[in-house]
Amino acid sequence: MPTMATDRATQPTSLAAKLPDETLRKWLRDMLLIREFEVRSMQAYQNKKIGGFLHVYIGQEAVAVGTIAALNDDDPIITAYRDHGHALARGTEARYCMAEMMGRVGGCAKGKGGSMHMFDRKRKMYGGHGIVGAQCPVGTGLAFATKYEDEVLNGGRSSRVTLCFLGDGALNQGAFHEAMNLAGVLDLPIIFICENNGYSMGTAIARGTTMAEDLTAKALAYGFESASLDGMDLMAVYDGMKPIVEQCRETSRPAFVEIRTYRFKGHSMSDPRKYRTKDEEQRYEAMDPIDRFSKYLRDERGFTLEANEAMIKDVRKEIREAIKWAEASPVPALDDLYTDVYTDSWGIYRGTKPPPMYDP
Amino acid sequence: MTRTIEFRDALREAMSEEMRRDERVFLMGEEVAEYQGAYKVSRGMLDEFGPQRVIDTPISETGFAGLSVGAAMAGLRPIIEFMSWSFSLVAADQILNNAPKMLYMSGGQFPTPIVFRGNNGAGGQLGSTHSWCVESLYANVPGLKMAVPFDAYDAKGLLKTAIRDDNPVFFLESERLLGVKGEVPEDEYLIPFGEATTRRHGGDCTIVSFGRPLYFCLEAAGALADEGIECDVIDGRTIRPLDIDTIAESVRRTNYCVVVDQSWPFASVGAEVAAQVGEVCFDDLDNHVFRVHSDNVPAPYAYNLEQEMLPNARKIVEAVRAVTYNA
Repeated sequence: MPTMATDRATQPTSLAAKLPDETLRKWLRDMLLIREFEVRSMQAYQNKKIGGFLHVYIGQEAVAVGTIAALNDDDPIITAYRDHGHALARGTEARYCMAEMMGRVGGCAKGKGGSMHMFDRKRKMYGGHGIVGAQCPVGTGLAFATKYEDEVLNGGRSSRVTLCFLGDGALNQGAFHEAMNLAGVLDLPIIFICENNGYSMGTAIARGTTMAEDLTAKALAYGFESASLDGMDLMAVYDGMKPIVEQCRETSRPAFVEIRTYRFKGHSMSDPRKYRTKDEEQRYEAMDPIDRFSKYLRDERGFTLEANEAMIKDVRKEIREAIKWAEASPVPALDDLYTDVYTDSWGIYRGTKPPPMYDP
Repeated sequence: MTRTIEFRDALREAMSEEMRRDERVFLMGEEVAEYQGAYKVSRGMLDEFGPQRVIDTPISETGFAGLSVGAAMAGLRPIIEFMSWSFSLVAADQILNNAPKMLYMSGGQFPTPIVFRGNNGAGGQLGSTHSWCVESLYANVPGLKMAVPFDAYDAKGLLKTAIRDDNPVFFLESERLLGVKGEVPEDEYLIPFGEATTRRHGGDCTIVSFGRPLYFCLEAAGALADEGIECDVIDGRTIRPLDIDTIAESVRRTNYCVVVDQSWPFASVGAEVAAQVGEVCFDDLDNHVFRVHSDNVPAPYAYNLEQEMLPNARKIVEAVRAVTYNA
């Protein structure tokens, strides 16, 4: 069971505890923003303003925020289909994510990707991938490319680290294992982050995965450094990630990190959650990473209840405005069907151009 | 100045020239480096470009095909060698779901300039799992381009174009053609995609094909000429884009068309070409379009059965006679 955030964060060894108030408050705001975004997304889905599948990140916020905080801005990230949290944590504006989910031209993929396919080239967010495990080999390619660019094109040293997020369900896909092996053989600077929320859809991890009790065994098989972190504790995530990221940057050797977390909602919006108990859900809700971190800020950093309330209000306003902006964004023109299929124009195809979020 | 070189050497020249021209281009695949290429296509490239740009992989098609997608999204220009396109099937999710759709799904943010290349079609008594003709399976997918070189000259010119293309290109070579020699200029040249070429001229019937079966078409056209039937033999060169204009121009002159496609007949490239010819040349055709394919069965091992299964010259002769009412 995870330990309480305040217990460990007050330990003198905590890296996060050494960071300035301003940084930590930004982390709290990022988690609140993701939470609010997801709550409003669920409402919009119920109101049929969002179609397709919707997989929300509620409960897992500390994972995206804590891991991405350990990166530099030019370190690539890639994830699976539960991707809104990663895009927001990376800094993609909420309005572009919301417009994407509503299928509007203002979306980060011009309404062509949807909830599962958030991309942001400028912020090195390489998706948003719908097929379980498929992002893992692609992630090795990102790490290969940064290393190649640094070493072959620029004649320097490999200096960037790729974070490749995956769910525990992806542990059983061939693509994951091929990616791990390739990363090891080719010495790629990539960290595979397994967000272990205990269930691949409705299948409890031990029903589908060997060594579920110690997933670092997967890393052992590939000769990687590994760690297992408490994903309900933002500071523990950061504290665990920071040295691994720096070691990966230094050595250009891959690593595997299990982060134990819990999705408070179902797999998707159609999930009645009959495979787990109310009791279990309540136990984890009591460990809400946002409450725990905000309590730390109040207890240790002089963050007042009033300031907390003001932050929540501010976040609500931002998401409200994002929704308004998204709803005002037009649906794609029918001609847009034929753009972005190929970079060039031929036959019915009409070339490509980046989404309007990059317009000056 | 031209020289006579093997098809495999033409492929290597294309890759080496493009790697000299653009440092973002690299070659990756099974046995491409230290082994010098399973089929010697990449012979000597490790020495010239070093292990960072000519990269051996484990037998892990999903892994390295997927790696190429990420590398391309991040700005590199991978050439991925499949020892055989038959082995690409285990990488289907990466080459069909990721490479050709990333630009679209990302709303134009991430082009994937990758060349996937390797041997396609029957290699000679390899049995069913190793004898795939993937053109019909894969040509169905929007977002990719597909080129099928006929000879050394085209192998070089089309591969250079493929490497410079900003979209994923499926480049289908043939193990049976790698040793075939042809004239290739010393000077640089590129062959554009979507421009068919006519390999033999004749006014009585149009034969359309791609890649290795063109040799059977030319053999058949020679035999038919002895009977007084002169054929246009059109090499489509690329399947996506398909140069239907050149095909239609020929059919409007000959009024008859036979499509020769080494994949299976059902839902195939041959069926697509026949449908398009039917659409654009409806008033010019004096018979429906005839098709010659591999027989609609798995590829057999026995020599005689395999020869019978493939689209050979005899079947093409029979099809031309039949379509022109000379049977």
